[in-house]
Amino acid sequence: MASPGRRDAPEPPDFAVLKRLARDQLVYLLEQLPGRKDLFIDADLMSPLDRIANVSLLKQHEVDKLYKVENKPVVSTSDQLCFLVRPRIRNVKYVADVVHADKAAGRSRKYKIIFSPQKFYVCEMVLEEEGIYGDVTCDEWSFYLLPLDDDLISMELPEFFRDYFLEGDHRWINTVARALQLLSSLYGPFAKTYGIGRCAKMAYELWRELEEEVEGDSQARRPEIGHIFFVDRDMDYVTALCSQVVYEGLVDDTFRIKCGSVDFGPDITSGDRSIKLLLNAQDKVFAEIRNEHFTNVFGFLSQKARNLQAQYDRRRGMDIKQMKNFVSQELKGLKQEHRLLSLHIGACESIMKKKTKQDFQELIKTEHSLLEGFDIRESASFIEEHIDRQVSPIESLRLMCLLSITENGLIPKDYRSLKTQYLQSYGPEHLLTFHNLKRIGLLTEQSPGETFTAVESKVSRLVTDRAAGKLTDAFNSLARKSNFRGISKKLGLIPRVDGEYNLKMPRDMAYVFSGAYVPLSCKIIEQVLERRSWLGLEEVVRLLNGNEFAVTDPAVEDNPTWESQRVILVVFLGGCTFSEISALRFLGKEKVAETVPDCPLARGEAKDPALPPSD
Amino acid sequence: MAWDLAEELRDCLMAAAPYGGPIALLKNNWRKEKSPGSRPVLEIYSAAGLPLASIVWKSGQVVQLGWTASEDLLCIQEDGSVLIYNLFCEFKRHFSMGNEVLQNHVLEARVFHTEYGTGVAILTGAHRFSLATNIDDLKLRRMHDMPSLQKPPSCWAVLFQDRVTVILLATGQELYLLDNTSCNAMTPPGLSPQAGAYLQMAVSFNYRYVALYTDTGYIWMGTATFKEKLGEFSCDIRAPPREMVWCARPRSKQRAVVVAWDRRLMVAGNTEECIQFVLDEDSYLVPELDGVRIFSRTSHEFLHEIPEASQEIFRIASMAPGALLLEAQKQYEKESQKADEYLREIKDKEQLSEAVQQCIEAAGYEHEPETQKSLLRAASFGKCFLDRFSPESFVRMCQDLRVLNAIRDYQIGIPLTFAQYKQLTIEVLLDRLVLRRLYPLAIKICEYLRLSEIQGVSRILAHWACYKVQQKDKSDEEVAQAINQKLGDTPGISYSEIAGRAYECGRTELAIKLLEYEPRSGEQVPLLLKMKRSKLALSKAIESGDTDLVYTVVLHLKNELNRGNFFMTLQNQPVALSLYRQFCKHQERETLKDLYNQDDNHQELGNFHVHTSYASEKRIEGRVAALQNAVDEYYKAKNEFAAKATEDQIKLLRIQHRLQEDLDKPYLDCSLHDTISHLILDGKHKRAEQLYREFKIPDKRFWWLKISSLAECGDWEEMEKFSKSKKSPIGYLPFVEICVKYHNRHEAKKYAARVVPEQKVKAFILVGDLDQAADAAIEHKSESEMSLVLAKCSPAIDATVVEKLNRARAQILKK
Repeated sequence: MASPGRRDAPEPPDFAVLKRLARDQLVYLLEQLPGRKDLFIDADLMSPLDRIANVSLLKQHEVDKLYKVENKPVVSTSDQLCFLVRPRIRNVKYVADVVHADKAAGRSRKYKIIFSPQKFYVCEMVLEEEGIYGDVTCDEWSFYLLPLDDDLISMELPEFFRDYFLEGDHRWINTVARALQLLSSLYGPFAKTYGIGRCAKMAYELWRELEEEVEGDSQARRPEIGHIFFVDRDMDYVTALCSQVVYEGLVDDTFRIKCGSVDFGPDITSGDRSIKLLLNAQDKVFAEIRNEHFTNVFGFLSQKARNLQAQYDRRRGMDIKQMKNFVSQELKGLKQEHRLLSLHIGACESIMKKKTKQDFQELIKTEHSLLEGFDIRESASFIEEHIDRQVSPIESLRLMCLLSITENGLIPKDYRSLKTQYLQSYGPEHLLTFHNLKRIGLLTEQSPGETFTAVESKVSRLVTDRAAGKLTDAFNSLARKSNFRGISKKLGLIPRVDGEYNLKMPRDMAYVFSGAYVPLSCKIIEQVLERRSWLGLEEVVRLLNGNEFAVTDPAVEDNPTWESQRVILVVFLGGCTFSEISALRFLGKEKVAETVPDCPLARGEAKDPALPPSD
Repeated sequence: MAWDLAEELRDCLMAAAPYGGPIALLKNNWRKEKSPGSRPVLEIYSAAGLPLASIVWKSGQVVQLGWTASEDLLCIQEDGSVLIYNLFCEFKRHFSMGNEVLQNHVLEARVFHTEYGTGVAILTGAHRFSLATNIDDLKLRRMHDMPSLQKPPSCWAVLFQDRVTVILLATGQELYLLDNTSCNAMTPPGLSPQAGAYLQMAVSFNYRYVALYTDTGYIWMGTATFKEKLGEFSCDIRAPPREMVWCARPRSKQRAVVVAWDRRLMVAGNTEECIQFVLDEDSYLVPELDGVRIFSRTSHEFLHEIPEASQEIFRIASMAPGALLLEAQKQYEKESQKADEYLREIKDKEQLSEAVQQCIEAAGYEHEPETQKSLLRAASFGKCFLDRFSPESFVRMCQDLRVLNAIRDYQIGIPLTFAQYKQLTIEVLLDRLVLRRLYPLAIKICEYLRLSEIQGVSRILAHWACYKVQQKDKSDEEVAQAINQKLGDTPGISYSEIAGRAYECGRTELAIKLLEYEPRSGEQVPLLLKMKRSKLALSKAIESGDTDLVYTVVLHLKNELNRGNFFMTLQNQPVALSLYRQFCKHQERETLKDLYNQDDNHQELGNFHVHTSYASEKRIEGRVAALQNAVDEYYKAKNEFAAKATEDQIKLLRIQHRLQEDLDKPYLDCSLHDTISHLILDGKHKRAEQLYREFKIPDKRFWWLKISSLAECGDWEEMEKFSKSKKSPIGYLPFVEICVKYHNRHEAKKYAARVVPEQKVKAFILVGDLDQAADAAIEHKSESEMSLVLAKCSPAIDATVVEKLNRARAQILKK
């Protein structure tokens, strides 16, 4: 892939420090409760914890048994119970139940709750209301960021999306700000900060405030990360709604990548157990195919298999000494590679089975025509059939949302009929799902004749009503006009295709969607970084409803020759998809400029914004 | 002394604080007649006698005055109540020593200082002792009774041993140690048999030594544990001394007591001789850490043991290195060569660094700046001839002396010795300056010593501001501005603290103004809440972006306001509202309903009921009722779609309930689609049809549904019947697909023939009948279809088909 003038992406900073910090603090916290204890872990924290500390480390610090926090009576016999949970009311109530049950049984034990990444006042409030404030001690495990890969860190807060974008609950923003503070204390300061979106702005401002509070020891360190870019998920729902076709994205869509690892079932491992596989740059095979379009992957894998065979074959004709060398040095690596290769081939086959079906082809076709804005009627009826046949509840919802967002809302007839069909297929409780989707603007109805002036008069009426709260709602609904077509045209998101798009040698980020669409979020990032400001993007910003910002830290020398200045941290508030990560990785290589370690805060949720019907 | 007293000191009740502290006088205290002109007057003077404040005493009879460790004045009244005043005679608070004291009255009282703070011990009229070890954390303790005590003890004192306060008392020749639970008679070891009755006792500053004076003029000195005797002394004075205090320097071998009579002062130690002074007027003793302060109407003196360093240097004909160095330096100034000789002499003995050290140390003990200077000069001179001598001690001493000289100035009037200053620490000294409102001097000292801003200057500024807000004569605006001007953005300044003080003084408006300067909104909130400005607090909390703060305010509001007002307030603050909703969702679902009701949010109410019907209601009637509520709300919200959908759901629920009872299979909570498909699987085609009509299911869906269900249960016969019932709205390709899916090629073939021509090729390929597929493709003359079929062929088996296709393609190409 080497072509003249292209530099490799710069090395991202060493994110492993984050892991060490988290581990040390956890050990410290466990030691705070001396003696043997049982540890109850929030289901959500299981996988992240797994990446930080293994069971033997926990045992070393006198953790006796491990339990999952779930609605079952506690069977532990230990005298000390330690709960490692996210700061949610639900979890606190769980602890309260345990304490109450013990009290009723006349048992006295020590209880300690460790909240990660931070404690919220509500939690204490609930403890108080339940009358067990005095029985329980609380602590915080400031484990904000989990490095998933060399260039990927995550906050692992799946509820961020729902809490902020749907419920308007701002509490996680503070957490984001603290995470940023941690990052800047380790790798900062950052020369330049860009961002777009309300949440981005709030998070940025809170972060600045935090920094100012501890200001003082601003020794002139050499920054390891040059720029930082904030993106709100609601700036670009479209990308999150499209089916993924790069390998890593497909693996996620098919098997669900959780916390950087995936569970391959027995059908793939061709054994009788399922295997948990860590997917990151350490996996040599995966590293080479993760960002590739799926059509290339199979060819690559078979090539790889042949190479491997050739290496094995070298054994023949070796003398004893060479053989010894081979066994001691290369064989292990080869074996390992062999194992990975067979796993990925298995995964590929499984994906192929599912995705080469006609359904999938037509799904992709529909998505593309929706993106381009052709054959809307045909797409609508495809969606209806999709629902009628109960193909997949999530995919149906995704298509409906995509239709709504690209068309600025469904026409009333479609809106009613698609919803009716959906309810008939999947149950009336989805009435609440639709309501939620409407609230975040993913699935709306075109209101005929509602021009801008109409909205304006509505707003002014509200002002006279002196209901300031409703005013913001009104503005929000204004913001929810997606304006996708306009933005798409302005930024050229649909590449003009002359002949076949060459997926083997992609020329732009559109390759992550088979050359049909450049992810909007990534395009904005590319444009802003190229201009080093928002200048010239005013129209796009207006269509996206503003809230953009660009701040230069005067204290940091902006020296473009520094390698680190090319490192850019992109913070997705509300999650991001693997397609976006692939696109940004492509951007990092191609543009001779910068590499992009993403920080998918609360990744995953955005992938299927289909919100569950109830809580 | 700067004071100009008309009265004799003996007529006043007095208290002087240690560490060069202020002196309080209560005049006219003992006059019984209560004529208005002769009310008692409480006056407070600095140690230099400068008046700080005075007030007319209007409260009850005072028995004893005393100072706390933080320089507050304690006035112990006869009835056992203790009034606390600050340096400026401003009343702070009061507390009582308990009922028993109230009944029996205070006979005598002592104020004492321990590591726990300032304590008060009281001897009541019933000859019982009560004490409180720390007046800031008042815990009254009654000491063990002394049954034999018929008259007041001749003398008593508070001892502090092993972190317990006990009382040492003497009656006649008996000596007792009194604690909470017991009373032990003590015998001082080595007490002279002729000792006689105890008249006076003295406890040293650090509670380690005790001295006893008996009516034979005998003084016993020993440890407070009465295990060891340190010395004794006999004098010929039989009169009871007025005061006796210890005079000792920490870590010094010499221990001595100072005994005072009306006109005589005696210093006695463990030697045959004593030093006696004649007093011209009434003098009073103030025990200090390293000596005794003696003050009278005209003078204020300090009596102490000369420290060793000073002795060495200033003793007549001393040959100590320090003395030689001082001399050398003097000669040097006179430009005499003797300087060299002296210096050489020290250097020969290799004592130069010791000499410098001595000079530095001695300088610290001097009160006269001239002497300090000459000693320091000598030290600095000697330092020049030393290669490696850390300048730190010298620099420190210079700094310390400068500070000490400044505060010893009579205008300031804090005569601290070097040892006291070191014991007190600079932080406490600064506090004391602040207490005396000497802000500029305090700031100067901070700056001079380069203390960190947060510890020094800004702390003092904050105190200044807190004082400033108490000035009632200035307008709120003026005060706020003056404060902001001076404080600006000095780091470490907490405007909220100052505002808190303003609020305590009853200046709420000023407090709010000051809070505006507070950069951290988080700090503003608690005070605003305290001032009952909850709405302002709420908006500040939201501004801060800290959701915890918002919750704090919201909960506060919830308790403070009635429900209606509370909801109204929330409605205007969307951020707070959504947070509270989140809380209610988990904790108080009913409140959530009230919230929506208040807002007439029928849509959310509908959603709420729907949720209830799924989450909390178990019985079918309850669920239907909840849904019915939802329908009502949806209609109110003009959401007809949702209302209709919910009505349908009610209908469905009822049907499912019936089905469940009739067929004894779980139907509840299936979607309509699934319900019908289950019915078909169970062979209840009639009922399925019924539902299909009742819910107006689109034909297409019903066909899809039916054939896939039939295929699933393998009812091919029924399927065929169905396919012939009328023309399929979805065509026949789905039939083929579904048959193939369930591996029934035979059935699939039946339908393949009925597929519309455009889809025939596809259908035949699906069935695996490549031959027919090829025929169809050829018939259509479609090249792409032909390639499709070709791709499916394997040359070995389907040779004829391949050949056929190739031929057809060739024909097309020819054309």
